[in-house]
Amino acid sequence: MSKLHLQRVGDTQAVFTRQFAASPESVYKAHMEPSLLQQWLLGPEGWSMPVCVSENKVGGQIRYEWVNEDGQGFYLTGEFTELCPFSKISQVQRMFLPDPTPDSHVETTFEPRDGGTLMTLRMNLPSKEALEEMLATGMESGMEDSYVRLETLN
Amino acid sequence: MINLDATFSALADPTRRAILARLCQGETTALDLAKPFAMSQPAISRHLAVLEQAGLIESRVEGSKRPRRLSATALDGIDEWLGMLRKALETNYDRLDRVLEALEGQ
Repeated sequence: MSKLHLQRVGDTQAVFTRQFAASPESVYKAHMEPSLLQQWLLGPEGWSMPVCVSENKVGGQIRYEWVNEDGQGFYLTGEFTELCPFSKISQVQRMFLPDPTPDSHVETTFEPRDGGTLMTLRMNLPSKEALEEMLATGMESGMEDSYVRLETLN
Repeated sequence: MINLDATFSALADPTRRAILARLCQGETTALDLAKPFAMSQPAISRHLAVLEQAGLIESRVEGSKRPRRLSATALDGIDEWLGMLRKALETNYDRLDRVLEALEGQ
């Protein structure tokens, strides 16, 4: 049974929910602190994040760079648009593959629930053009790119 | 593989989204579909043709009528993409469980 639940909201939004056995403060920090993000925001086995910039302030810059064991990589940049410790993170971001994908808006909230934390992640679904580009890329190079698609929006 | 370009063009129009919402409730004839809209039946028929070409709806012949219904594979493109995203997120969050366990165990 998957712990991750997905719900579509109309044609334009997807909402993921996930329960964690840790406090909202810890889950929030794990989404903000580079040394923690570098331990989990990695996609499939074999990838690492040697560069992680995550400026903890509204307007703060985000830059995640990933590489795999073959030395291939890509990166994401973004900005925090709203930060409410330890309950809400809003950010806008885009991938470079190497051309930039359209901006993606992601809102993540953390609520105390059952002694742990209920995380809710809302994201805009990609536009027609973005989805077509991502699907086309995926068909060319398989699983690796489903990870790329993930990191576009996470 | 459905044609994503046709699918998103079809979904971009509010009348066509309303038609799809109506068809979510079950098979319906063009005449019944036209009723809630201030639109001629030929205009509705043109919207139905766009939806059918995009693979979002199907029709069948029943006497003089051609009832429409939602296609079973209507939104496979976006669902396929969301499925891949979900799988990748699951991997990350399972890893985050272990990071949090270490963090709170300190």
